[in-house]
Parts: sequence; C-alpha cells; structure tokens
Amino acid sequence: MWKKAIIAAPYLWLLLFFLTPFAIVLKISLADPVFGLPPYSQSASLDNFAFLFSDKLYALTYLRSVFMAACATILCLAVGFPMAYGIARSKSGTRNLLLLLIILPFWISFLLRVYAWMGLMNSYGTINTLLMWLGITDQPIQLMYTDFAVFVGLVYSYLPFMILPLYASLERMDHDLVEAAQDLGASRARAFWDVTWPLARPGVIAGCLLVFIPAIGEYVIPYLLGGPESLMIGRVLFDEFFANRDWPLASAVAVILLLLLVVPIALLQRYQAREQESAT
Amino acid sequence: MKDFIRLRGVSKKFGDFLAVDNVDLTIERGELFSILGGSGCGKTTLLRMLAGFETPTSGTIEIDGVDVTQQPPYERHVNMMFQSYAVFPHMSVERNIGYGLRKEKTPRAEISKRVDDMLELVQLDELRSRKPDQLSGGQRQRVALARALIKRPKVLLLDEPLAALDKKLRERTQFELMNIQDELGITFVVVTHDQEEAMTLSSRIAVMDQGRFQQVGAPKEIYEFPTNRFVAEFIGTINTFKGRVAAKTDGGIKVFSTEAGITLTALGKQLVEEGQEVEIAVRPEKIFVSKEKPKNGEDACLQGVVDDLGYLGNRSLYRIRLESGKIIQVSSQNRRRSVTRFLEWEDKVWISWRPRSAQVLLD
Repeated sequence: MWKKAIIAAPYLWLLLFFLTPFAIVLKISLADPVFGLPPYSQSASLDNFAFLFSDKLYALTYLRSVFMAACATILCLAVGFPMAYGIARSKSGTRNLLLLLIILPFWISFLLRVYAWMGLMNSYGTINTLLMWLGITDQPIQLMYTDFAVFVGLVYSYLPFMILPLYASLERMDHDLVEAAQDLGASRARAFWDVTWPLARPGVIAGCLLVFIPAIGEYVIPYLLGGPESLMIGRVLFDEFFANRDWPLASAVAVILLLLLVVPIALLQRYQAREQESAT
Repeated sequence: MKDFIRLRGVSKKFGDFLAVDNVDLTIERGELFSILGGSGCGKTTLLRMLAGFETPTSGTIEIDGVDVTQQPPYERHVNMMFQSYAVFPHMSVERNIGYGLRKEKTPRAEISKRVDDMLELVQLDELRSRKPDQLSGGQRQRVALARALIKRPKVLLLDEPLAALDKKLRERTQFELMNIQDELGITFVVVTHDQEEAMTLSSRIAVMDQGRFQQVGAPKEIYEFPTNRFVAEFIGTINTFKGRVAAKTDGGIKVFSTEAGITLTALGKQLVEEGQEVEIAVRPEKIFVSKEKPKNGEDACLQGVVDDLGYLGNRSLYRIRLESGKIIQVSSQNRRRSVTRFLEWEDKVWISWRPRSAQVLLD
C-alpha cells in the first residue's frame, strides 16, 4: 500500500505539473490571439502551426538552435571526456576533491556566472585587457555578442552535466579491461575505441541528452552573450510571449520544440531496448 | 635454448617504495613456473613487468633471446590471464576469444577456425554466442584462458588464476590448466598467494618476500628443504627450536636447544659456524607420537603432554606441550579405523623424529 503510494507520488506530481500545463499550452496553441484577458480566443485551428511552417525564419531558428545545441554538446563531450576519465582514474582522495570542484559552480547563481562571463569577454574586459597588455593584439577583439560567446557560455554552464554521468560510467569500468586489450595487441588508441568508448556509451548518451535538451531551449545565454543574429528558439519564444503578446503563436513554438526533443529521445530508447534484447 | 626467460638485476621502484629488488631469474621453455608470496611482496609487479605494463627501474628482461625490457605490451609475444579475468563485457564469448587475432589482422577464415579450436579446448562450444554476464565464474575464466592462448604466445602469464573459484572447481581447473600447458607446450608463469595452488601446479616455485626471491626450486625442495625461516613458515606449518651450533659432523649439524632441552641433529647447508645461533625446523607430519619411549637411539626424543587435539578425518592434529613450555604441532595419519581416541588431553607422550627430517634454518 505504502509502496504504491510512494511510487504514485512522483507520477501524480508529473501529471499535475507537467501534463496538465502541457495540455493548456496545446489548447492555447490552437487558438487565435485576441485583445483582452485571457489574450486568446476559444476557437481551435491549426493556423499557428501553418504560419510557423510558412515563415522561413522559424524553421531557420529551430535549425539554428539544434545546430548550436549539437555543437555545444560535442564540445562538452570533447572537453568533458578527458576530465571525467582523469577523475575516474585518480586516487579516491583526490577524486572526491575533483568531483567537488566540478559541482562547486552550482553554489553560485547561474545568472551571476553568465554575467561574470560578460565581464570577462567585454571589449575592455579581462580577456581583452590581458591580450592587449601581452601585445598579442592592439585593438580589442569582438568576443561578446557573437556565437563564440554563446558557445563559451553553453559549454561552461552545461559541462558538469556531461562530466558527472561520464564519470559514473567510467568509474565503474574495470581498468584491467583496457590492459587486457593492450595485452592482446591493441595500441593505446585502439584499446580506447575497442573497450573504453563502448563501455562508456551509457554515460556518453546520458551526458549528451542532459546537455542537448536544456541547451536547445536555452534563453538566458544567447540573450545575454549572443548577438542579434545568434537567434535561438528560446529567445523567439520569449519574444512572442512578452514582446508580441501572441500567446497562441508562442504556444505553438513551444509545442514544436517539445516534439523536436521527444522524437530523438523516443528513437534512442527504442534503439537501447533493441540492443538490450539482442544481448539476452 | 635453455634460458627462455631471463631476468637480470630487475628492480622496480614506486616512489620510495622498492617493490622488486634486484631479481635474477631464468625460466626454461615449457616450464610451469610459480611465483609465490603474500600480498605486497612484489610478485604482481614482477608479472606486470613481464607483460609490459610496468617498465623496470633497472635491469633487463629477455624472452626467447630478445630484450623486451622497453617493449610495450602489444608488441610482446606474451599474453596474460588477469585475476579479474577482464573478459570484455560488451563482446560475446566468440568475439572475446577472437579479439587478439583481429588485432593482428589475421584473415577471417583463419580466425574463425582458431576460435573454434579454442572453444573446443576450453569446452565452451555451446556458449559461443553468450555475453559474459550470462556465464558462471568458471566459464568466464575459461574464456579468459582461451583468449590469452589463441595468439599462441611464447609465455602465458596467469595472475592468481584460481583465486576466484570455489574449492571443488579450483581442483578441477588446476588439472585442466596443467593438461592444457602440457598439450600446448607454452611456458606458464603463475603468480599466486596460495601455496597449495603453487605446489600442485608448478614444476618450479619462487618464494618471494619484500621484493626478493627467498628460495627458488621444485615444490618438494621448497617444502622439504626450506633455506630460511620465511620459506619454511610460508609453506605449510612448521615447528622451530632456537639453538646454538654445538658441532658440525658428517651426520649433520648438532645444535643444542634449551627449548628442546637436548642436542638435536639436523641437515643443513654447511655454511654455519660453531656457536652460531640457528633454528631447527621439523614439519608436523615428520613427528611420531607414542605413549612409550621409542627405541631407536638416533632419533630425537622429547617428552611432553597432550595440550590439545583435533580430529580431521584423514588425520589428527596434536599440540604437545614440552617441559620447557614450548608447544609442538604434530600431524598423524589415522591409519586405523576406530571410534576411541588413541590419545586424550593431558596424556603423557613421547615425540620423536629422524635427524634427516630436521632442517637448519638461517634467518
């Protein structure tokens, strides 16, 4: 009885605070914008979705968001994998310290840390001042309000979400396996691709999802660090809601974004289920 | 060529810690050689240097006439069976076994033929497409063995090959390993902490402590003629008497021991001097217990009382307390079938042994 209640609690929570709001958003996305309260009609049509598909700007922004998030994910993986590997292979004392350092940035508000990057990357910020002082450049380099700044912000903010699942799967791996591969004739690089990488795959997948999903809808980082042309879907969503007061269109944007995320996850789960089946 | 593996002055330091201390060793082709020692004695480091996972701080390692000291593991014709077996969990039995050949770019047809041969050798044919997590410990061990043997290495290194198996399986696997070694003629080097394992498996044993070989020899030699106290105590149980060398004769070394209360005769290397403090060692099964004083005048005879006794089925263990308070362990075969005990607690008894059974130990 208690067991069932405990299991039911999170489902109820999700039902109440995820599924219900989503149903409301879905309903609004089918309505027309009107002046008044609430600012949408009670009618239902697919006009908003048709508009989203007819205007190239939206499609491009979606694509751009996917592209930016995918690049950020790959960058996080490239930076995070060696870090996670290093932590997993270090002595247990240092390991805990290193893990603590990975989590430490969460002690400070996310927004503050993004603002700190603005201070670093400004035309006369720390980085440019240093570069000019060293004589590498005599004019400030445009760092802020570029895609570069957005990538820096994304990688910096989401790196821990990549490292932690990677660490979890690498830490579980028996190092003897790598040595066994080398013993049987695999070079260091070969042993990595034959053994370490496939065994780290669950961690790679989890880490990539944890970075990709929030990054695709990211609003704060592109808004604060990105330029006018580094438009991402989160910002469009915000602008439709608050600047244009077009709730139905904004809702449609949100619905499509959700579908965009659900489809790859569902595919991935089917792939994993199939792999599990073939293993047994 | 006689010396197949040759280690010359091999040392390995980890920081300040000297794990292997100036070891010299030669192993012949086709030998089943064991390195026996407790944890931290340096035996695993030595094995890892043979495999190529560690490079010696000083000294050279030669295998089949080639200096391999600086060779990485993937270039050596040496394969290893890990203590954890290290069977790749994401590959089937077949793919695990064929891994080494795939890295050598062996033609596919030959790989599948040799994998079939190996599957037959270790009797895993029916399980060939299983994943390791669907195998028992013993089956996984055989996958590891087949995987290490398929490249026909010059030397197979085995790190605690039987430690993870239960007692019954261990005995069976022991003989299987010996048969396979015999069949293939590959040189085996086994590292183990289990003296019984080393005794039954090996043609020769090196007993290792604190990074150094204490004694190298055939199992019988090591058990019956240990050269020092560490070896004597590491392998089996042994009784020791402290004493001082009284005389050196053709019949052996005479040692007066206050613990025994008499002068004892023992065999030993003749390097001792008169007056030197030594120890006399006698194995429990070499000692006879009797209620009457034995007649043979040459034997060492001591009187004592039964302090404790234990019945083990095939044999009985006695702890005999001497007049000096020293406790002597005696093991005797239960040849006669009987429900009544031959000896009881606090019985007065005589213990005796032949001079040939006693050994002089140096520290």
